[in-house]
Amino acid sequence: MADEKHDNPFRVLGQPAPAAAPPDDEHAIREELERGVLFTSVERMLGWAVNQARVNAIWPLGFGLACCAIEMMSILGPRFDVSRFGAEVMRSSPRQADLMIVAGRVSLKMAPVLRQLYDQMPDPKWVISMGACASCGGVFNNYAILQGVDKIVPVDVYVPGCPPRPETLLHGVMKLQEKILASKPELGPRPRARKRGVA
Amino acid sequence: MTLNMGPQHPSTHGVLRVVLELDGETVLRAKPIIGYLHTGMEKQAEYKTYTQSIPQTDRMDYLSPMSNNLALCLAAERLLGIEAPPRAQAIRVLMTELTRISAHCVWLGTHALDIGAMTVFFLSWREREKVLSLYDHIAGARLTASFVRVGGLARDLPEGFLDRCQKFVDELPGHVDEYEKLLTKNPIWLGRTQGVALLTREDAIALGATGPTLRAAGVNWDLRKAQPYCGYETYEFDVPLGTKGDAYDRYTVRLQEIRQANRIARQAIQRLREMGEKGEYRLRDYKYVLPPKEEVKHSMEALIHHFKIVAHGFFPPVGESYAAVEAPKGELGFYFVSDGSPRPWRMKVRSPSFVNLQNLPTMIQGRLVADVITAIGSLDIVLGEIDR
Amino acid sequence: MPLTTERVEERLRERFPDASVRRQTGEAVRDHTVYVPADRIAEIATFLRDDPELDFAMLSFVTAVDLLPRSPRFEVVYSLLSLSNNLRFTLKVVLNDENPRVPTVTGVWPTANWHEREAYDFFGIEFTGHPDLTRILLPDNWVGWPLRKDSPLGYQEVAFTHNTPNRVPPSPSLTKLKPKKVKYRAQ
Repeated sequence: MADEKHDNPFRVLGQPAPAAAPPDDEHAIREELERGVLFTSVERMLGWAVNQARVNAIWPLGFGLACCAIEMMSILGPRFDVSRFGAEVMRSSPRQADLMIVAGRVSLKMAPVLRQLYDQMPDPKWVISMGACASCGGVFNNYAILQGVDKIVPVDVYVPGCPPRPETLLHGVMKLQEKILASKPELGPRPRARKRGVA
Repeated sequence: MTLNMGPQHPSTHGVLRVVLELDGETVLRAKPIIGYLHTGMEKQAEYKTYTQSIPQTDRMDYLSPMSNNLALCLAAERLLGIEAPPRAQAIRVLMTELTRISAHCVWLGTHALDIGAMTVFFLSWREREKVLSLYDHIAGARLTASFVRVGGLARDLPEGFLDRCQKFVDELPGHVDEYEKLLTKNPIWLGRTQGVALLTREDAIALGATGPTLRAAGVNWDLRKAQPYCGYETYEFDVPLGTKGDAYDRYTVRLQEIRQANRIARQAIQRLREMGEKGEYRLRDYKYVLPPKEEVKHSMEALIHHFKIVAHGFFPPVGESYAAVEAPKGELGFYFVSDGSPRPWRMKVRSPSFVNLQNLPTMIQGRLVADVITAIGSLDIVLGEIDR
Repeated sequence: MPLTTERVEERLRERFPDASVRRQTGEAVRDHTVYVPADRIAEIATFLRDDPELDFAMLSFVTAVDLLPRSPRFEVVYSLLSLSNNLRFTLKVVLNDENPRVPTVTGVWPTANWHEREAYDFFGIEFTGHPDLTRILLPDNWVGWPLRKDSPLGYQEVAFTHNTPNRVPPSPSLTKLKPKKVKYRAQ
């Protein structure tokens, strides 16, 4: 156990995913249907309500790493008020947050920590990759920096800039809101594995 | 009990991890673990020219970007044996002091927020927004300005900039009075910061602390007075000192430094108005410094120099140099080893927060856990600079 | 008479007549730098700190330089600062290529602790007698010494369209976009 920890900092924490069931017709059709369609108007209204609730109260996880963190803190300030989007409560604990804004460069030492935090967040969760360093490695293409946080967590919105102006980040949050509104609320924005497995 | 204040924590000012050994609430030992933001800037600098490393320095201490740019340029200028013209130096002084005001405002806001005074956070970030808007005006970017170049500056002052600066420095003392009214005699603030995170004079010098941390312990050492650069010897300002070396002294020292920085900025603006709105913002030594664009369009030599400097970089002599500035956090120094090629052979950054953070275990030995937060806040560290 | 760096070197030679103390010469060596033998560094450091005339109470930084094509390749640089005399002085120590090691100065200036750990982390130089010589900036399980000249930068080639031949083609809706005509304003 101790060796594993030292050998591979990128190991996925938690139980390994069980082998997926072979797709058969009935399952495939059901997947296809469930992916895009809300059946009844009641479901549709409920879906709309759930989406509105999720969109207007996105609570970010305070995960500022580097310079982008300062611009992220600026949006909490009075000039670029993120409170109008319902996101002024920056939760410190990942268990209480639903949006992880990766603000700053992710070094290889920090990458397992980031993955662990992502795993601890409950569904539905979204990730905004803020800045050039989080999106693609940015200015730093060398031995120490992960070239893009999408190598370890799935990203919903990429916000470019170095650092992005606070208005750019707010635009990214608004795009995320559009994305959430367009998604089917029961399953969340990403299709789920059929069997319970990876957290 | 061993408690891990992990890299993700609302009050660690970045990705700092502190492993605390506790006996109840008392801290027996503390071990800061850093490196979660290591960026390989020193290695990367060996693959870039001196000018190309300037944007990297913005990302080191990202709260005071122009100080870092200035430190690199001073080290490179010392290596080359050149000096920027007086007008460029006055503008550099103005921007560095505005940077100091902005960095101390961030420190005040976040430190107060950790201790629980949320109002001060919103107030001091309002000042910071004004400084960032000045940065935007002069350099084009809010945070990562990369404005200082070897031999001068990137470009000259824009229209109306000095008037905006004047308005800012006239309004600032009133705002600092607001912060003082909220905090200085506040019994909660006094209770949380007086006598907490004590660092004696001997410890501070032995552990290499510089900047407000050292001055709060009573040591009168400020690089702007002791080893002046950029013409600081011609400006009038005081160096605030503390007596005991606790968190309250550091708070007082930094607040006074904001006032002194305002004073220097006012003198710099006066000097720039006397020198004229436009003028020499770069040295005219085209072997090392880019010629102005108007000359490049008309003169053949200037064009060739421009091409050489942009395509290759300037060729410094073989040697080494170290230059340090008084950054808001302490002594920030750049050590260059040059082998005659446009890329430095080795760049070492002596970052003040890296050395100041070593004081943390000494400061909180035998104290309570809540004082750890106060100590980290009053040290004023920036992980970008520590981890480089 | 204010203290000068020449006087410091003179005092060093007086105090350590059997140690080879030589000045670094060079076209643009801007600080007064002196090479001292590696095994005597702790004594020399103690002398520089404790002597009342010299009083180098603060150590600014300790770092290492890898001059690879040259052998011996490692140099460890100590930059000292005297607050009372307002003077900077630099000491250098030359180490050999295989197993570079030098005694620690943590006993003299406690601030050297992290500086030496960083030099170990980046170059693999062992500081004998150091209380906790472990990696500080890189992950604990990192293999290699990144700032040595024979270690690569670690540059990863960025995938663009022109250098990824078998990429998944973009979705059809994107290929149907027509570029909008942009009107440029005259400057």
